[in-house]
Amino acid sequence: MAFLDISHLEKSFGLLRVVKDFSLGIDKGEFISLLGPSGCGKTTVLRMVAGFESPDQGAITVDGANIVGLKPNQRKIGMVFQAYALFPNLTVAQNVAFGLSIAGVGRAEAAERVAEMLALIGLPDKGPSYPFQLSGGQQQRVALARALAVRPKVLLLDEPLSALDAKIRVSLRTEIREIQQRLGITTIFVTHDQEEALSISDRIVVMNGGIAEQVGAPFEIYNRPNTRFVANFVGTLNTLAGVVVDPAAGMVEAGGRQFALGRALDGARGAALTLALRPEAVHLGRAPGREVVLPATITDVHFLGSVIRLRAEAAGASLSLDTFNRADTPPPAVGATAEVSFSAADVIVLGD
Amino acid sequence: MTRLWSYGALAIGILYFLLPLYGMSEFSLRMIRGEYSLQAYYVVLGDARFQATFGYSVLMALVTIVFGVLLVVPTAFWVRLKLPGLRPYIEFITLLPLVIPSIVIVFGYIRLYNTSSWLPLTGTAMGTNILLMFGYATLALPYMYRAVDTGLRTIDVATLTEAAQSLGAGWSVILARIILPNVLGAVLSGAFLTFAIVIGEFTMAALLDRPAFGPYMQLLGANRAYEPAALAVIAFAITWACMGLIQLVTRFSKHNRVAR
Repeated sequence: MAFLDISHLEKSFGLLRVVKDFSLGIDKGEFISLLGPSGCGKTTVLRMVAGFESPDQGAITVDGANIVGLKPNQRKIGMVFQAYALFPNLTVAQNVAFGLSIAGVGRAEAAERVAEMLALIGLPDKGPSYPFQLSGGQQQRVALARALAVRPKVLLLDEPLSALDAKIRVSLRTEIREIQQRLGITTIFVTHDQEEALSISDRIVVMNGGIAEQVGAPFEIYNRPNTRFVANFVGTLNTLAGVVVDPAAGMVEAGGRQFALGRALDGARGAALTLALRPEAVHLGRAPGREVVLPATITDVHFLGSVIRLRAEAAGASLSLDTFNRADTPPPAVGATAEVSFSAADVIVLGD
Repeated sequence: MTRLWSYGALAIGILYFLLPLYGMSEFSLRMIRGEYSLQAYYVVLGDARFQATFGYSVLMALVTIVFGVLLVVPTAFWVRLKLPGLRPYIEFITLLPLVIPSIVIVFGYIRLYNTSSWLPLTGTAMGTNILLMFGYATLALPYMYRAVDTGLRTIDVATLTEAAQSLGAGWSVILARIILPNVLGAVLSGAFLTFAIVIGEFTMAALLDRPAFGPYMQLLGANRAYEPAALAVIAFAITWACMGLIQLVTRFSKHNRVAR
């Protein structure tokens, strides 16, 4: 049994079913991200684990014990909020020590633990400061230290980076991941930012309409999305209309070309299907290992520095593709004819 | 031209407030014929009844403030956190003392809690004191509730509460260590307003026959010339001192130095 086990969770607000039969097992020390658009139920799942919402049905067990009947302050689950939620009347050190004083930890031990936590988040000198004297990133680090000081069984992060600017967000997410790995604490991270989820998670749960559409490692979620929603939500996607030619051999036809995907297909011969390609799987011109070649017309060019993002019309579809900038090769002009190529192995067949 | 009108309005406003105050202060200093002196103040402050009634009212004010804080802070907190739909009704109830005259309230009390009722509070001095304190708390309710509610609006009550809960805190700890310190300025505003109301209240204290400062002021005003003016100046000084204290407390509260 998983360390944190969520099984068949259901939650409705009035007539609206927000979470539908949600199940997930999380191993000890694992970092799981709940990823999805606003209103998909990810925060509600997190709040049910924290105890701020009660599930209508289902069980949540931590280390084998069902915690659904426990109050939030009895669950030993730490939480970091989007709005930092530091206590404005307490100094940084008092904020970090708050949970320890509730738990009855002695003064000397608490002071030691506070110093340890402040060193962990890289703010050893900020103990006497008040929250308003810190930047947003520093406040969120203190909130993390405060949640970790009481040594919770599970750490919940509710969009902790959303209120920060882009640069701090990137550095803090790396820090969060490092701290989580060093302490080996089981963590659930809620975000609507796919890049965040892909970069720091052991596994990602992509949620939509209250259900878990797909659970898997970031590489798997990105490269082998199970559903159309997951494929569209995680990363940019090019879609091509295709027809099944030989389902057993995985042969399809798209853009007037026939090619084998290297795996068997579900549809019958002649059935329509949607094929998808990530921008980085599509190459401008011919290249070894990219056996499917389509004639194309360049319709848009965006020079982004190290990367050039192109849009090309090919096989009746508008394809987005990225190429690296090279100083000796200027980007193609809009309207120019070219060829694009890709490997059949990179083609994603979209289900429903 | 517009600015001239503004200054004119301001001058009229200042005169409207300060002229009577100046007149009253000046009059209070003329107890000894032909010279200015503090004689009226000596008489008032030296009067044993002043000391007794003022002491009684200060004590009642303090008890009322404690009761008011214990009643209003958890109520306003709970309404804001869990029952936001009830806010208009709670606000309506807290505003009722402004439209129901205190004489009606006190007659209601006497009728409900007289010596032949099921809870004969008026039968003993302590019982009557408790009844009077409830009456004062009712009168101060609109000010106390609004002050605390406004204070709660400046902090993220729900998230702070959840953060404290996730750290193991129960309701009493959350209220005492997180919510109350963060609305202390608002609570003090409500407390000082309560103090001012209790010190000057006449109707309830007189009809419940308690030795409060309000009835003493009325008695003095009906029988003396200069002492009531001195008493009024003292009352003003107390009120202004309270307002100054609110400012001081707010200014020296460390975490309030920068707007949150």
